[in-house]
Amino acid sequence: MSAATVVRISDLHKSYGATPVLRGVDLEVRQGEVTCVIGPSGSGKSTLLRCVNHLEKINAGEVEVDGELIGYRRHKGRLHELKDRAITRQRASIGMVFQNFNLFPHLTVLENVIEAPIGVRGLSRAAAVVLGKELIARVGLAGREESYPRQLSGGQQQRIAIARALAMEPKLMLFDEPTSALDPELVGEVLAVIADLAEAGMTMVVVTHEMAFARQVADTVVFLDEGRVVESGPPAELLSAPRHARTREFLARVL
Amino acid sequence: MSVSTDLVPPPTARTAPAAGVVPLRRPGRWISALVVLVMLAAAVRSVVTNEAFQWGVVGEYFTAEVVLRGLGLTLWLTVLTLVLGFALGTVLAVLRLSGNPVLVGVAWGYVWIFRSVPMLVQLLFWFNIGALYPTLAFGIPFGPDFVSVSSTNLIGPLAAVIIGLTLHEAAYAAEIVRGGVISVEQGQVEAALALGMGRGRILRRIVLPQAMRSIIPAAGNSLIGTLKGTSIVSVLAVQDLLFSVQLIYNRNYLIIPLLLVATIWYVAVTSVLSAAQYYVERYYARGAVRALPPTPWQRLKGRLR
Repeated sequence: MSAATVVRISDLHKSYGATPVLRGVDLEVRQGEVTCVIGPSGSGKSTLLRCVNHLEKINAGEVEVDGELIGYRRHKGRLHELKDRAITRQRASIGMVFQNFNLFPHLTVLENVIEAPIGVRGLSRAAAVVLGKELIARVGLAGREESYPRQLSGGQQQRIAIARALAMEPKLMLFDEPTSALDPELVGEVLAVIADLAEAGMTMVVVTHEMAFARQVADTVVFLDEGRVVESGPPAELLSAPRHARTREFLARVL
Repeated sequence: MSVSTDLVPPPTARTAPAAGVVPLRRPGRWISALVVLVMLAAAVRSVVTNEAFQWGVVGEYFTAEVVLRGLGLTLWLTVLTLVLGFALGTVLAVLRLSGNPVLVGVAWGYVWIFRSVPMLVQLLFWFNIGALYPTLAFGIPFGPDFVSVSSTNLIGPLAAVIIGLTLHEAAYAAEIVRGGVISVEQGQVEAALALGMGRGRILRRIVLPQAMRSIIPAAGNSLIGTLKGTSIVSVLAVQDLLFSVQLIYNRNYLIIPLLLVATIWYVAVTSVLSAAQYYVERYYARGAVRALPPTPWQRLKGRLR
């Protein structure tokens, strides 16, 4: 029995000006699955992720989350961009974690986590605080609610960023190189939180350079190069016995 | 010389900051400080003993009712100009940052014109608006008017002053606010968008509070500039602080002491504003620095302890 498809990307094209970044990407992510996207820098990994919650406008193709077209509606065979309010509603159920954390520095840890639940989901402050504290504890930072982000280490900040995204109770989590800005000794604590989420059944797309993590946690690894999916498959296959020369070349450089 | 004896510090060296470290002596500092202090003392002495300053007269008029009323008007004008100017300036900044080329152009044009025309010239224009537009009407553009009034009746000296100061301030405020907004990292907006927040909420809750850190010093500067800039309204016979003392010295010819009265008030208000700015800046520094710097009051207490 196969689980429902959460993300369906078909023939996605995206260019910045005259520079093509994605040239026809197809991707499917099923409920509860962890998909790791790997590839050389400039291959379009981050752009692909940013198309999933419409932080980037697309040029052609389709991105669907939970069967709903993201950022556009189809009318007479053409895609029309949605109004801000509709896009905002779609984004609210898709969590995103950034390479540079992007915590709000003027808000405390707790305020960072409860800002959107109150302002977007319409939770009462009391309910949001309960939820916020619970999530902060879940990422192992109970007691740091009143700290400001700059008073935390990079790894702690990224864990709070994950808690902030979870507070929206998303049906999908996107991770854009979540450990690339961290000191090597802090990478483990963040990956552990992500692995816990995977364990709990969260559907996730993770752009990463951590091959060991991909091997351990991913259900599917996707190798992206020059804006195309070169190959994808279970980590044991793709990472140990890649079929394509380009994948082999890339793995030889990073492993 | 044996090494072993060097390793044992003599008992008297205990109190020295670090054993065997002698900081560089700087006799030049002492001499220059002394020279400046002597010069300063001479200057203070001349100010205090020079009869022409007429400190008695200064004291007499310092809290005169006319002066206080003038001060009140100056403060009121300053606050009004600041609030209206920054409200309009924020709108202009938002227009300037919007994607709409017409709105961007209009906001740019506004800032260009109102920064280019000297404040005094602008005030005179508004004061003489009746010559340009004898009547002002409220109605549909290119269509019928509903209400129509004579502009000389509507725009007296005080209204001319408020309009002129506000429009002038707004042009500067727009640039200050825009500078603050673009100083906030794009990642902040993206993170907020990814959480499903709307544009208005992002501006209010995420961008502006962070922009405040660079807006406040510039706005403080602008506020102090406006406070002193209001003295220009005396040319339209609006009875601010400066015009009030002018009224008095035109009667009794005690020009210097009365100018001193105005000067001391301007300095006093500016000092209060500078202190307030320090605390506002400190408030918006929350989270931007790991530990807030102590307030001057905390620092003083720390020294005395």
